[in-house]
Amino acid sequence: MTEFHISTVLLKTGFLHLTLGHVIMWLIAAAFIYLAIKKDFEPLLLIPIGFSIFVVNFPLAPLVGEGQLFYLFYHYGLEWEIIPCLIFLGIGALTDFGPMIANPKTLLLGASAQLGVYVAFFGAILFGFNINEAASIGIIGGADGPTCIYLTTKLAPHLLGANAIAAYSYMAMVPLIQPPIMKLLTTAKERKIRMKQLRPVSKAERIFFPFIGTIVTVLIVPDAAPLLAMFFVGNLFRESRVVERLLKTSQNELLNIVTIFLGLAVGSTMIADQFLKPAPIFIFILGLFAFAFSTVGGILLAKIMNLFLKEKINPLIGAAGVSAVPMAARAVQKVGQQEDPQNFLLMHAMGPNVAGVIGTTTAAGMFLAMLR
Amino acid sequence: MDNWTFGITMIIVGMGGTILTMWLLSLLMGLLRKLFPYKKEEAGK
Repeated sequence: MTEFHISTVLLKTGFLHLTLGHVIMWLIAAAFIYLAIKKDFEPLLLIPIGFSIFVVNFPLAPLVGEGQLFYLFYHYGLEWEIIPCLIFLGIGALTDFGPMIANPKTLLLGASAQLGVYVAFFGAILFGFNINEAASIGIIGGADGPTCIYLTTKLAPHLLGANAIAAYSYMAMVPLIQPPIMKLLTTAKERKIRMKQLRPVSKAERIFFPFIGTIVTVLIVPDAAPLLAMFFVGNLFRESRVVERLLKTSQNELLNIVTIFLGLAVGSTMIADQFLKPAPIFIFILGLFAFAFSTVGGILLAKIMNLFLKEKINPLIGAAGVSAVPMAARAVQKVGQQEDPQNFLLMHAMGPNVAGVIGTTTAAGMFLAMLR
Repeated sequence: MDNWTFGITMIIVGMGGTILTMWLLSLLMGLLRKLFPYKKEEAGK
């Protein structure tokens, strides 16, 4: 008969293996869950991420080892590129490209708002990160969660937790971060500029756009094809108006399902002994720089464009060139209306805002092309 | 190539490439507008 020792049982419980690091991670998890519930900061993501951080930091829990449940979410969802691409399908299905098609100049604002990506990339090199890590940190400046996760998984998977949290945190903090920069870089007169109502866009333009978009972007940055392909097919579902069921599934059920697995998989990478290092702190600092410089890039290009344009654009809409859709466009609307309550900039800002999604994905493709 | 030189090259190529991509896309969208102008009858659909 097998001998029974109470000490053997005790050793198999988590109590004796609990460390200070685990407890710190529980507190970090609690902070995320608090922000989600009390402050409404990206609750759809911070709740699963927060609980995942909490639960994977229990000693001996069979969750993140090879073949275990959360490992499988991470492995098949993120390492196999499935989750970010499915999220892009949903985003494409939800996105109305009308404002951007009506005013194609706004695409340039979406490109210039990637300035922060490259500034942070260089900053990360100065901080001592290697090139691959620097690229994955820089992309936080695009304020596009799925692209950030996609690139980080490919270039610096050990930074996934910190990068994803930084990207989603700054997206949630758009209303706090962007307005002071917008006001600093524009005069009251500029903020009052009213823009002409956008022209209507034909159905054919809307249907052809996903094809044109795919041809241009995938030919130039083939490495970003998985994200871009899903983004544009989602948009084709929307604009074709003949696949209502597929559209609704992409926009709702599928997007919700993958969001659950995304949150759990990202949170599962934040294990005490890997996460509690100086690197995440630097990543948060660099991420903030990236985000700020992206805002600066968009506004400055809008101001430069105004030197040459007959019909001036309100430079505030340049700030919406970061991809945080639609938070950045809403921030533009709010700052514009503080100066002139009758100035409606939201639809004008949606152009650079959705252009920013394509811009960030292109920037990620550039990194992949040069670094892989 | 050291990290600094590579970093600066990456900034120039990456930012330039991103702007070029978006500029090309904007040109083609201008063309799309000319090929498929909006017709008033679409408003009722």
